[in-house]
Amino acid sequence: MDAFRYFKEFKMDVLKEVGNIGAGNAATALSRLLDKPIDMGVPKVEILPFEQVADIVGGAEQIVVAIFLRVEGEAPGNLFFILNPEAAKNLLRRLKGIDIGQNDSFNEMEISALNEIGNILAGSYLSSLADFTKLSMSPTVPSLAIDMAGAILSYGLLQYGEMGDDALLIDTKFLEGTQEIEGQFFLIPDPASFAKIFESLGVPLEND
Amino acid sequence: MIEQKIVKVGMADLNVISESGLIRTTGLGSCVGVTLYEPSLKIAGMAHVMLPTSDIAREGQLNIAKYADTAIPELLARLLAMGASRSRLVAKMAGGSQMFAFGGKNDTMRIGPRNTESCKAKLLELGIPLLAEDSGGNYGRTIELECSTGVLFIRSVQMGAKEL
Repeated sequence: MDAFRYFKEFKMDVLKEVGNIGAGNAATALSRLLDKPIDMGVPKVEILPFEQVADIVGGAEQIVVAIFLRVEGEAPGNLFFILNPEAAKNLLRRLKGIDIGQNDSFNEMEISALNEIGNILAGSYLSSLADFTKLSMSPTVPSLAIDMAGAILSYGLLQYGEMGDDALLIDTKFLEGTQEIEGQFFLIPDPASFAKIFESLGVPLEND
Repeated sequence: MIEQKIVKVGMADLNVISESGLIRTTGLGSCVGVTLYEPSLKIAGMAHVMLPTSDIAREGQLNIAKYADTAIPELLARLLAMGASRSRLVAKMAGGSQMFAFGGKNDTMRIGPRNTESCKAKLLELGIPLLAEDSGGNYGRTIELECSTGVLFIRSVQMGAKEL
């Protein structure tokens, strides 16, 4: 895809670092919330055909809990925090003062708590990113959906749809010891945001 | 059990099927799955439309399967090339939901309804009757058209299964 022609390894590394900083801050926030150390995988920067984006979380029909917010400001984009439903339940069980239902569905209280967790994590992800890049980035109010991964993630790809059939995303996994609290952050900057991000970090754009 | 032929349609993709089997696309959110069916020959086509109009395209080589205004004419052309009678063709569609609810000023937020409108307008323009639709809402859908009957099966996490 034309827009990604210039993405040499160095730039991928820069974007990985961007993901690292954002997710690192979010992981710290989560570990405070749970009073537990939270590990984080090394961020991956991937240029994927639309069709394969949902495969990262188990396929287009995989049911996931997703907290989505739109990033507005100088480097707009889409941010998703995605958990499998079981991991979301485990996460909720660890929070004090929440009455957790025994069944597989999510009650109002649980959804509200998840929304708030997503809000905190996404907010800390974004604010560290804004500090790092000195770019204004403000999140919209987050929105939660429990649905098919394909239906959810395709929403983050619309901006890419006008340009081609691939999207670039920064993907970071959370892990907590051997316990099943596993979540994934997807930052999908709008195509036009890359120049802004690189420029803000002093990465030369031309001739490479 | 006899293994059934399944033709898959990816995102921003289209395909056709004839005689028997299923044509399927998974995880429709704001995208719309449009199907055309010719009952006498039992041939069907399906497109997974992502965006309402190719006017907004900025890509080098246009992927015609991606836009409502280009995907539906292409499906029609493919079916006609397979011998379909234009006057017998009927359409069904599903999808076009609004997965996340907020009233942002961004037009992208309304992309689901816009995709639905655009598909309908194109079908009307081409004179293909829309027999049934299951669109809107705030949930994802997986759809399958059965080639031998023209029945459209729709599955969703929140609303269960239905057929059109």
